[in-house]
Amino acid sequence: MIINLILLVVMVLAALWTVLARSLLKAMIGLALVSASIAVLMFRLDSSLAGVFELSVCTGLITAIFATTISLMKPLSQAQEKDRAKARLKKYWPLPLLMIAAAVLAWKFLKLPVDATLLTTGMEKVDVRHLLWNVRHMDILGQVVIVLLGAFGVIILFRGSKKT
Amino acid sequence: MSDAARIFWTFNIFIAMLFVAGFYYIMATRNLIRTLIGIEILIKAVTLLIIVNGYINGQVGLAQAMVVTLIVIEVFFVAVAAGIVLNIYRNTDSIDTTNVSNLKG
Repeated sequence: MIINLILLVVMVLAALWTVLARSLLKAMIGLALVSASIAVLMFRLDSSLAGVFELSVCTGLITAIFATTISLMKPLSQAQEKDRAKARLKKYWPLPLLMIAAAVLAWKFLKLPVDATLLTTGMEKVDVRHLLWNVRHMDILGQVVIVLLGAFGVIILFRGSKKT
Repeated sequence: MSDAARIFWTFNIFIAMLFVAGFYYIMATRNLIRTLIGIEILIKAVTLLIIVNGYINGQVGLAQAMVVTLIVIEVFFVAVAAGIVLNIYRNTDSIDTTNVSNLKG
């Protein structure tokens, strides 16, 4: 549980860093760190397949997409960056307080009964591969459609204008 | 306190904090890429919530199946949204949300 707690603290600090970071690249690295800590937490909660997906797709692919998008834009000048940094401090100072308030509210209201038992223990685990192929096969179909739609959408968005 | 109650309680506190960070980020920023990052943080909070509740209820397989679907949708969303942001940047030379609200149509 201590390792989980450390990972959760790292996750929240990385999220805070993502929000407060001046540079978009730093914010993106913070997001990748949030994603990586969630992936490790998934491994620790017996969800290794979801962990692998989170690590490879969310930490890797999505970070690469963000990095590519940012690299295609012009960076701000130093004067603009300074102005925005001041404005950011004003804008984001209530965030840590709000996060603490959310934690207190969750601690107060989101509770299981004290004697609730972990249903995972002593239960025969269903293999996720069996579940995906035999029980949730329509999900797979939906995922294939979404991937194709994504590819098609990106092709349309990056299509060059026709020469006249 | 039982193990289930302790795990549920601990994780939910941090998930609530993550959710607030993402939500506040979306509300406060006017930069389109930062808005996307905020939505990503919200999705991360939901992902972790599904996994934790699956673990507590003994439905780890089902939770993983749902999370895999969620990740696929997330990638689709990010790829298409990044493409739209780039097109907006090409047209308006800015990624400020106020410029988007002034579009024709």
